[in-house]
Amino acid sequence: MPTTPPPTESGRVADQFDDIDQQREANLFGMWLFLATELLLFGGVFAGFVVFRVIHGEAFAEAAGHLDLALGTLNTALLLTSGLTMALAEQLVNAARRRAALAMLLATLALGAAFLAIKAYEWHHEYMERLMPVLGLPFEYPGKHPQQAELFFNFYFALTGLHAFHMLVGLCILGVLAILTWRWRDPPRIARQVQISGLYWAFVDVLWVVVFTLLYLLRL
Amino acid sequence: MNDFRPYLLTWVALLALLGVIVAAAALFDGLLASMIVLAGALCMIALIITLFMGLRSAGGLLRVYATGGVLWLGFLIVLTLADYLTR
Repeated sequence: MPTTPPPTESGRVADQFDDIDQQREANLFGMWLFLATELLLFGGVFAGFVVFRVIHGEAFAEAAGHLDLALGTLNTALLLTSGLTMALAEQLVNAARRRAALAMLLATLALGAAFLAIKAYEWHHEYMERLMPVLGLPFEYPGKHPQQAELFFNFYFALTGLHAFHMLVGLCILGVLAILTWRWRDPPRIARQVQISGLYWAFVDVLWVVVFTLLYLLRL
Repeated sequence: MNDFRPYLLTWVALLALLGVIVAAAALFDGLLASMIVLAGALCMIALIITLFMGLRSAGGLLRVYATGGVLWLGFLIVLTLADYLTR
């Protein structure tokens, strides 16, 4: 079983940096830069959805009523809780509490996997209801505005699919972090890796809050 | 334990806000519901960014950068909507 020496203040500095503070700042700035590009990717779809939500207000509100609000709310609660466990993992790694940090990382992983499982169940339900207008599948909408509803469900699957892909990437990163934390070979480096991965995970939380609000809650 | 307190409080606040916006969407109609839902969601996003993403303790450059990202997304949506709403 690996021992748990505390992370030192410095750790090994990469060649291109003057000191560890500069390296840490560059890590954070690099991740925020990446997240800004992600915001551009999602922002375009959000803006498109908002425009069509205004143009086809009644039809989109009616289509939103066909989504499962209870499951969407449960998934949001799971993801917010995973944001907490990830933030705690970061604190615990900094405090050199390896076992507790590992437990929090695994809890984050489990919560993320539960989110995807519920999302898959929702998609399956919509497939059975013939509300999945993708890959040439039949779309049979029982409401008054089938064409506009098809557009809504196109947005729904594009946004939730894109978000689920980001969740999958996040789960892979969490898996690697869990292994690195279990080995505990370079604690300062692990602390930096957990910090920037935590930024990504929290950003996926933010994106879901927007997706959940736009798709599930604006049903008026 | 004291180090964890802000995160635990943030999580409780986020779940409370989630309850408020879901209740508003289920119980109210019209503009009132939309206003509550959007205001609640913005508060949730602000909490996640400042606490979970550590912007509260970040340097000035990072704060300006992060604010700029959100601001420009706002410009994208507001200016696009301005076109459609004034036609």
